[in-house]
Amino acid sequence: MIYDVVIVGAGVTGAFIARELSRYQLNVCLVDRAEDVAMGSSKANSGIVHAGYDPVPGSLKARFNVRGNQLMESVCRELDVPFKRTGSLVLAFDAEDMRKLQDIYERGLKNGVPDLEIWDATQVKKAEPAVADNVSGALYAPTGGIVCPYELTLGAAENAVENGVVLKLGCEIKSIEFKNGIFLLHGSGEVLEGRYVINAAGVYADRISAMVGDDSFSIIPRKGEYLLMDKNQGSLVNRVIFQTPSRMGKGVLVSPTVDGNLLVGPNAVDIQDKEDLSTSKEGLNQVKESALRSVPGIDMSEVITSFAGLRAKVVDGDDFIIGPSSKNDHFINVAGIDSPGLTSAPAIAEHVIDILGTLGLEMKEKESFNPVRRRPRRFTEMSEAEINERIRTNPAYGRIICRCEKVSEGEIIDCIRSTIGARTLDGVKRRVRAGMGRCQGGFCAPRVVEILSRELQIPMETVTKRGGDSRILMGKIKQQEFTDGSDV
Amino acid sequence: MKQADIVVIGGGPAGMAAALEARRRGVENILIIERDKELGGILQQCIHNGFGLHIFKEELTGPEYAWRFIEQIKKENIDYLLDTMVLSITPDKIVTAANSTEGLVRIKAGAIVLSMGCRERTRGSLNIPGTRPAGILTAGAAQRFVNMEGYMPGKKIVILGSGDIGMIMARRLTLEGAEVKMVCEIMPYTKGLIRNKVQCLDDFGIPLKLNCTVVEIHGKERLEGVTIAKVDEDRKPIPETMEYVECDTLLLSVGLIPENELSREAGIKIDPSTGGPFVSKTMETSIQGIFACGNVVHVHDLVDNVTLESYIAGRAAAEYVLGGKN
Repeated sequence: MIYDVVIVGAGVTGAFIARELSRYQLNVCLVDRAEDVAMGSSKANSGIVHAGYDPVPGSLKARFNVRGNQLMESVCRELDVPFKRTGSLVLAFDAEDMRKLQDIYERGLKNGVPDLEIWDATQVKKAEPAVADNVSGALYAPTGGIVCPYELTLGAAENAVENGVVLKLGCEIKSIEFKNGIFLLHGSGEVLEGRYVINAAGVYADRISAMVGDDSFSIIPRKGEYLLMDKNQGSLVNRVIFQTPSRMGKGVLVSPTVDGNLLVGPNAVDIQDKEDLSTSKEGLNQVKESALRSVPGIDMSEVITSFAGLRAKVVDGDDFIIGPSSKNDHFINVAGIDSPGLTSAPAIAEHVIDILGTLGLEMKEKESFNPVRRRPRRFTEMSEAEINERIRTNPAYGRIICRCEKVSEGEIIDCIRSTIGARTLDGVKRRVRAGMGRCQGGFCAPRVVEILSRELQIPMETVTKRGGDSRILMGKIKQQEFTDGSDV
Repeated sequence: MKQADIVVIGGGPAGMAAALEARRRGVENILIIERDKELGGILQQCIHNGFGLHIFKEELTGPEYAWRFIEQIKKENIDYLLDTMVLSITPDKIVTAANSTEGLVRIKAGAIVLSMGCRERTRGSLNIPGTRPAGILTAGAAQRFVNMEGYMPGKKIVILGSGDIGMIMARRLTLEGAEVKMVCEIMPYTKGLIRNKVQCLDDFGIPLKLNCTVVEIHGKERLEGVTIAKVDEDRKPIPETMEYVECDTLLLSVGLIPENELSREAGIKIDPSTGGPFVSKTMETSIQGIFACGNVVHVHDLVDNVTLESYIAGRAAAEYVLGGKN
């Protein structure tokens, strides 16, 4: 099969491009080296839907951020992804910060961000009593919000697949040839053929681009470390709380999550290794200190986990790189998608469709396209009547496996059987939150491993945390042989 | 709505003892709600011996100790629901639970006994920096894998924390052929019982490193090793003492936390020093008629003490409901 378009990278950008393309009568393949979608930058980031006052006016970032923010509500409704327009605050702590806020405000106006306001300290404290007493004021952006980044990616990818996109996971592209107008993408195990290639490979976008001879940019991973706090800290703040930005980024934020936890982070450290997701003591301490500057009342003993994510930062550049490569105009780079990439993804996807149209790809709309994707209801989202009805038709919904997040066996089975089914312990965790709570899988991990083994019909020992060699178990305990030859 | 004189939340040793004592005091309609598929709680995975020396004057395994209570529960015809998860309790003692056969169940209780036990502290709460590979689990999760499911969590093992479950798992995994390289304890003393140190570590030649902790995790997919370091008087790692230890598994036995999410949501006052509810001499919480006992109140070393404490709670709950009726 020669695909019309092959998209390399099933992160949020690739997933939204795939979904946009699935509106048309095209053969599209979405390929990723990982065993699930959203396994790169899309899995570990702040989950913020930015208002759009940060990027430089006139930049791609400014344009797609504001447009993406506008689209987010309807996109999340279509894709059944939790999204909350909480609003956001950028805190100022002195006169210098207040001057910067004014600049940000002006920039926001230029970028077309609606309803920005500068608040004084009294207004800030009234709206957010947990913010530090020494706050001097804040920029309030009512359009800021929060979304679950991997739910968003999964939603877009599932909708794309439901509309005909072929998803290939666990297929790493090692080299690309271009012959007779067709790209041959040599992946692990197979060769994919495509007329157009979209490079949405995140921190690896420079390597994929180099495979067609385009080394016009390079991507450096900029690591950010986070701390996720127990739900008992989740209502400390109502909005996303930023600090006045510095050269290294937007600073550490304090934010509620759509699931009711509190997230603090990230710091920003440029590193070399594109696989390095380790956290450091210094980094985590830096995040803690900085977060406490905004919200001194955070109980840091309520941390339930810490993690790091990598931003795909362009070296010597500040904007997204989106467009046909100078080496081959059927190869389209969608690179350097760091913040506000998550917010921008739906808008970037629209733009990529325009580019493909301009390049001559025939776009005939598909009558059968269905923009709506539904995920199974979660136990915690259902009314009593719904719970009773659900348990009556499927008793597995009455067996709670994850105590902390109240996740039933039915939900776990459904997420393994869904369009892009969970294949790993972390895959289940991301989809239905089993193991995401305060005990971090202490009670439920053994049972989820068992369910995965049963549903996927694989031995317990081959169930992994996140694919590859991340096996949970290493064989059986000693087997006692009885004289009749049977095991115990 | 169903009615019960006493609803006991959790069918482990605490819940069973409280229910039995309440029955002895004459309470008829008692209901135990248990989330697992059998009564006994965490005792069912504690297949080692050492239980019951005080109560039964003999050494029993966990399941044996549990079994003696389960038999009495059955003999006394005390009702229990298995595979049933309590979702909420209210100050006016309405218990909402869910299971596969009945869906949502709502019970109006005369009194409630909280006996939900505790959970283990995790890597997240310790904030150990490094990567996030497979192969890091709590000692209790490992115990369930080995003793209940029959699987080995790993072959080369480092244990952080000298809690009892950690030391017991050091022995258990050694017996199953794993190499337990060491137990690291940040404090200058063993956290668990001395008899466990002797019987589970010393007797098997497993080194216990006091004043020592894990400062970094290595390995991308599966755990490949940990960096350990000695700590100074302030429990801060001393950089010069850092040492890499190759291992595929890190077990955490770094403390237990009473499980009081239900109690908190009901508005019961929690003692920050124990993590359990404030209780009176009769084990009554800050809400009248709601009692608590066992590890949900504070973490006990011995199950025998859990049983004794739970008798007090059971008696008080009985007096509360019988007094109300008279």
